[in-house]
Amino acid sequence: MEIMHGVGCPMPSDPAERVQLGHGGGGGLSQRLIEELFVPAFGPADGVLHDAATLAAGPGALAFTTDSYVVRPLVFPGGDIGRLAVIGTVNDLAMVGACPLALSLALILEEGLAMAMLRHIVAAIRTVAAECGVPVVTGDTKVVERGKGDGIFITTSAVGRLGPGPAIGPPAVQLGDAILVSGDLGRHGVAILAARQELGFRTDLQSDLASLLPAVQALLAEGLAVHALRDLTRGGLASALTEIARGVGLELRIQEAAVPIAPAVASACALLGLDPLAMANEGRLVLFLPTAQAEQARAVLQTFQPEAAIIGTVAAAGSAMGGIVLLENAYGVLRRLTLGQGEQLPRIC
Amino acid sequence: MSALLEPFRRPERVRRLTAELRQATTRPWTLMEVCGGQTHAILRHGLDRLLPDGLELIHGPGCPVCVTPAAAIDRALELSTSPGVILCSYGDMLRVPGSAGRSLLEQRAEGANVRVVASPLDVLAIARDHPGCRVVFFAVGFETTAPATALLAHQAWRSGLTNLALLVVHVRIPPAMEALLAAPEGRVQGFLAAGHVCAVMGSEELEPICQRFRVPVVVTGFEPVDLLEGVLCCVRQLERGESRVENAYTRASPPQGNAAARALIARVFEPVDQEWRGLGVFPASGLRLRPPYDALDADFMQASSPGIPAASLGSPSICISGRVLQGLDRPTDCPSFGVACTPERPLGAPMVSAEGACAAYWHYRQRDGSAAAGVP
Repeated sequence: MEIMHGVGCPMPSDPAERVQLGHGGGGGLSQRLIEELFVPAFGPADGVLHDAATLAAGPGALAFTTDSYVVRPLVFPGGDIGRLAVIGTVNDLAMVGACPLALSLALILEEGLAMAMLRHIVAAIRTVAAECGVPVVTGDTKVVERGKGDGIFITTSAVGRLGPGPAIGPPAVQLGDAILVSGDLGRHGVAILAARQELGFRTDLQSDLASLLPAVQALLAEGLAVHALRDLTRGGLASALTEIARGVGLELRIQEAAVPIAPAVASACALLGLDPLAMANEGRLVLFLPTAQAEQARAVLQTFQPEAAIIGTVAAAGSAMGGIVLLENAYGVLRRLTLGQGEQLPRIC
Repeated sequence: MSALLEPFRRPERVRRLTAELRQATTRPWTLMEVCGGQTHAILRHGLDRLLPDGLELIHGPGCPVCVTPAAAIDRALELSTSPGVILCSYGDMLRVPGSAGRSLLEQRAEGANVRVVASPLDVLAIARDHPGCRVVFFAVGFETTAPATALLAHQAWRSGLTNLALLVVHVRIPPAMEALLAAPEGRVQGFLAAGHVCAVMGSEELEPICQRFRVPVVVTGFEPVDLLEGVLCCVRQLERGESRVENAYTRASPPQGNAAARALIARVFEPVDQEWRGLGVFPASGLRLRPPYDALDADFMQASSPGIPAASLGSPSICISGRVLQGLDRPTDCPSFGVACTPERPLGAPMVSAEGACAAYWHYRQRDGSAAAGVP
């Protein structure tokens, strides 16, 4: 099967083979799954399994993060849930400037999931973990009855080592900072909506799913004074900026026309009545740093994504109500950027 | 930005039109944009802040989600929990509460089979794929969505599908415009008519309104340049003392409308008196299935039947959405706005819907935000 290519797994690839409750039961089926699928993919090299992994932490502070992944369809244009589960967690570490040391992987499988799909996802996890330079050191698998899951749910946690520089995070944001995004926004959200085939539109758009680690490492390697980073996931730029503004009590001012949106994303959002600024991304970040370094930071980010752009500044202290985000449009009119209402629902007309 | 829309958002065109408007306006005028999509575009782009002093835009009832009566939502809620029913709806109906404050979104979380569709024809496929279920389409909206519902009804009837039903709450814009003009408190001096409604129905239905009430009605689009052109045409008519139907949206809206869509509406539906949530019952302002398509009716009682009271939008002392929908008050005039009433915890439908005026003000003009934003 084409889907098996590169897994290097000795299990027979019967296309009708499916996950059974016994695969999570701790008995023979579980053992086979571990020995024939997970150990070849993730190790340990000597094949000897233990209850916990041990890590050599070395000096310096650690960063630790966890995230759970649910997505439908499991495989979408530009990625799959396995790739998403590694990259999403690695990106969380990257947002504090940490390099990942080790990753844990917990799978909840739904009875009846095609074994070929599971192999595809495991292979994707192995590949992307290698790309990100992070070993999968511990894991767990459970199986729930048919109808009690959505094919597969994944939880990953990761430990990373912090670099020597000052702490990166919202408290470091200062008045006068420039605000940049690392690429054009909304591709992941639109690609997933289209892939679900419920809204009757087709697009060639791929998810923007990508590790942000190389871009962050490049910014830090340039010696730039990165104040804060936030990866733009669910809720998009709107959620990330409003959270940061509220957290630090400052007024962020964004030039609407400077925010890069691909024409296909803009068209799909206009048609469906969705806000591209609230659409999900999985490979984009927003960056705060001193304005004097903004051009240099943009040049670094553009080596990864040509659409990276300076979109605004930390303009003022917040009002009595706390921090806010103001969007200035091409006509010079300001409006407030607000959080989306959870699930974005396409409108009637 | 989409290449299709870019010419109609271009800053230099917007600047030129606002300059022309300042020249053309010598007296205060109050115009109403009928459609909620226009309201959102005006507030999103801040067009109201570019107008000359005294030229006021007030917001009309053209939000299909807002005016769908609570009794219809109650019926949808009831159907969605009936065994074997799949309830299909446009997405933005899902958050609107019925008379007991419950929404389809909450009902779905509790296990009801509620599906979001973008096109009524998707419902045909769902009905075919689930022969053991009763598939109900919650058909709401103005003349814009009525043709697609009519097509669904026609195809379902022709193909003999027996497991598909329609909960029809379609409403017609012209009777509501007339009711607003006839209301004693009404302030409307000119209308920006909804361009996409006219793209279907043409502008013929608007002529009697101009003649009877002596107001200009300008067919208007949805982008900043379209909207300002509509406002400019309307102001020029008012300044000259004219009251004509004028088309400022010719690129999408031919005077005769869409003949095929109109024929389909006429074939499948007939006008019926209809309750508009928060506004009351307007004569001939709704559409119901006519024979033989009425066999598809999901036994919804039309509001014209005697004995069904106009459902309230909550206590009028804390929610003024009925007045907001008539353009009598602005959302920010409401004591509950942004305090007791937000999109997450709405008291009235206009705060829920993507087309609702209260939601537009909340998104773009929250009190704390607008104080800081100011007028440039």
